[in-house]
Amino acid sequence: MNGSLGDIWTLAWTFGLLSLFAIGGAASAIPEMNRIAVDLHHWMTDAQFADAFAISQLSPGPNILIVTLIGYQVAGVAGGLVATLAMCGPTAVVAYNVSGLLQRSSQSKWPAIIQAALVPLSIGLMSASALVLAQAADRTWLAVVLTATAAILTLATRLNPLWLLLAGGCLGFAGVV
Amino acid sequence: MPPDSPPAAIPDIHPAAEPPGLLELFLAFAKVSLSGFGGVLVFARRAIVEKYRWMTADEFNETYALCHFLPGPNICNLSVVFGARIRGIPGSFAAFTGLVGPPVVIVSTLAMIYARYGEIPALQRTLAGISCAAVGLVIGVAARMMGPLLKRRDPVAIGFLVAVFAAIGLLRWPLPPVLLVAIPLSIAATYAVRRKAAP
Repeated sequence: MNGSLGDIWTLAWTFGLLSLFAIGGAASAIPEMNRIAVDLHHWMTDAQFADAFAISQLSPGPNILIVTLIGYQVAGVAGGLVATLAMCGPTAVVAYNVSGLLQRSSQSKWPAIIQAALVPLSIGLMSASALVLAQAADRTWLAVVLTATAAILTLATRLNPLWLLLAGGCLGFAGVV
Repeated sequence: MPPDSPPAAIPDIHPAAEPPGLLELFLAFAKVSLSGFGGVLVFARRAIVEKYRWMTADEFNETYALCHFLPGPNICNLSVVFGARIRGIPGSFAAFTGLVGPPVVIVSTLAMIYARYGEIPALQRTLAGISCAAVGLVIGVAARMMGPLLKRRDPVAIGFLVAVFAAIGLLRWPLPPVLLVAIPLSIAATYAVRRKAAP
């Protein structure tokens, strides 16, 4: 962690570009973030990436906060800010302009077709996120059991996710996983 | 009442009595953001549609659909588009900084604590446990989203889903080239299927 201007610049263009490919939201971009932060730039280890994801899930707010944490790891507070703004800025400009455009002509069938075409891609990306995160986090078979339990509870109940996270934290603290 | 004013019988389409000011926008989005653990959308809808009545449910759905179909963090896009509709570009900034500012301060504080104490075994174990549960959440959400596609037995959609999963999750290819190929192909396939289905 040295926080040179070069690092800040790398964060800015990396996440600025990434944001434009995050279809379906920031969660879809997790595998690419992992590839960039762990494999490509060696900003963090896989375990640190899993920790960053856990901390971001534990914090209230939009799920872009893992970007803030990666930026922080690279270049401190400034890095966190730059990475976060880079992740939101470009698509915010796109959203602002498209929203103005669509208010004028909304009878086209293309938005619906594009949306239908993007849904399977974003679910595929979400599934890839799940796999990449599981590889980073689940190192023991008890950890796999905990993950599977949390997945089933998420799917089958309307339990507030915060309870699952807290339960996971307690089990971890107790040394179970 | 002046004689040329419109009759009162015209229904008020916009439910809000008065559009919120910049500070109000900032505070509303900050509140929404800070109460949103694991997903802000539910809280955003509750605040914008039910509590403050700044949008009707239809307007909100329409705006959200737009933001979901655009790339990038949906809820950030939503704050920008919503802020702009209410107060122009300054409104965008107010809503966006309200949404993102406070959580970034919180998470940066947590990052500092982690940088300092991350090596402590008890903290490591706790975080590892939280990670396991958090991964379970992602799997659960992905599975829930997959449900409708599997039910429809839509071979094209399932094919694209599996292909993207394999390219990104298993082969670990870079995202931009994969999507630059997958997006046009998927749009073309969806268009072809719909044209064939339509009489």
